Amino acid sequence: MSTPFYVSPQQAMADRAEYARKGIARGRSLVVLQYADGIVFVGENPSRALHKFSEIYDRIGFAAAGKYNEYENLRIGGVRYADLRGYTYDREDVTARGLANVYAQTLGTIFSSNAEKPYEVELVVAEVGARPEGDQIYRLPHDGSIVDEHGSVAVGGNAEQISSFLDQRHRDGMTLAEALKLAVQALSRDTNGSEREIPAERLEVAVLDRTRPQERKFKRIVGRQLDRLLEADGDAAAPTDTPSDTEE
Amino acid sequence: MEANPRSTGRLPAAFLTPGSSSFMDFLGDHAPEMLPGRRVLPPVKGVIEAPHGTTIVAAAFPGGVVLAGDRRATMGNMIAQRDIEKVFPADEYSAVGIAGTAGLAVEMVRLFQLELEHFEKVEGAQLSLEGKANRLSTMIRSNLGMAMQGLAVVPLFAGWDVDREKGRIFSYDVTGGRSEEQGYAATGSGSIFARGSMKKLYRDDLTEQQTTTLVVQALYDAADDDSATGGPDVARRIYPIVTVITEEGFRRLTEAESSELARSILERRLERPDGPRAALL
Repeated sequence: MSTPFYVSPQQAMADRAEYARKGIARGRSLVVLQYADGIVFVGENPSRALHKFSEIYDRIGFAAAGKYNEYENLRIGGVRYADLRGYTYDREDVTARGLANVYAQTLGTIFSSNAEKPYEVELVVAEVGARPEGDQIYRLPHDGSIVDEHGSVAVGGNAEQISSFLDQRHRDGMTLAEALKLAVQALSRDTNGSEREIPAERLEVAVLDRTRPQERKFKRIVGRQLDRLLEADGDAAAPTDTPSDTEE
Repeated sequence: MEANPRSTGRLPAAFLTPGSSSFMDFLGDHAPEMLPGRRVLPPVKGVIEAPHGTTIVAAAFPGGVVLAGDRRATMGNMIAQRDIEKVFPADEYSAVGIAGTAGLAVEMVRLFQLELEHFEKVEGAQLSLEGKANRLSTMIRSNLGMAMQGLAVVPLFAGWDVDREKGRIFSYDVTGGRSEEQGYAATGSGSIFARGSMKKLYRDDLTEQQTTTLVVQALYDAADDDSATGGPDVARRIYPIVTVITEEGFRRLTEAESSELARSILERRLERPDGPRAALL
């Protein structure tokens, strides 16, 4: 019988982190941005049915990059957590902070447990407030850490480059059309600096819109509404495009 | 937080088990004591006294369906509450109105609303109207033990069927038996009188506004002959809850709208207390 090689804990962790990061980097990036009336999620997704963004609760949205089966599992876990909590206490008592904490604990435990392989996912949990100051965006990398983000955040393969691009250009109080344009611009930049066109039908866009009269603020933006927003001139003089609720 | 045996703060395994899109199934696995139907009742002799909600009526019209309820809850001979709400949106395209034990009914509605919302979030699509009606049936059936002790909950479910593009009404009995009603339906203690009233007034070509008038007339007739059903309370400004579900979704008539509706009916009843007369032949 051969004796197993000794691997230092540092090395083991570094290997696991490397493994997870590589898995995440294989997927396309996505971005989450604050705009005047809420938070917008934008990503490149050829599928109409397998979503990267979804609703968790009234004011809370979820975005994920990486391995589909793993983040889908976490998404459903999050919906169950939020619904159970809202049923036990009250709808008010379901918060993004609480959810982000549970996700961080889950990812962290899986990451440092030798029995499981690390999840190859990076999550964003966002909550829209009654006013822009109340907006919260949390980024959850694969290892269970948790980062409180402001303004804009990118996750996925090319995240660092996209983040720095967004940081330079994103400002508070952008209209939805402006924020969407900026997001698409950021996503269409390749690692080598060249730009490519992302057609509207490959875009997945969703918003948490604080002006929506319903309690549930999450809404997907598709079809004509998306085309209209993409065509709208990005200048501040343009009327603010609030997604209408009658149009689905 | 909820059931965290190892207290590492991570989501327990039940949360990450794939398979079910039903919140009730999840509760049944993870926290069965929270399901209304799973509670063990102590043996009690006689009927338990608890507030009961009374009359709910529904009527369909081309383009939608109307669901309405009076505002009274009674406990024996006593009026337990004058302004109780018994009609609730179930989701964007359906509503549920409940007669029977008020406390259990409100809990059941909360769980039903959550069941529909949960499915929608997990699956990314809404249940069919039939599917929703069946879920409600299951919930009523699980309450049978309570019902046999006098704590029955009997709902009326109405919604816009997105596929068939029409308003539909489902009624239930205490055992969870479900039947689709054509045109109009009523449940609760005043339902006999409400149904009689609608039988004479209902036509299948009514407009939305005429249908809301019809259901408030029916509630007035129910309150007229059933002591447990409350009529419009002008002094306290308590009027029936009237909801309309159309292609556009669920809408509840505002306070002003339902007060105007109830007052206009009241006005006519001052001249003719028995309400509008139907043709003899």
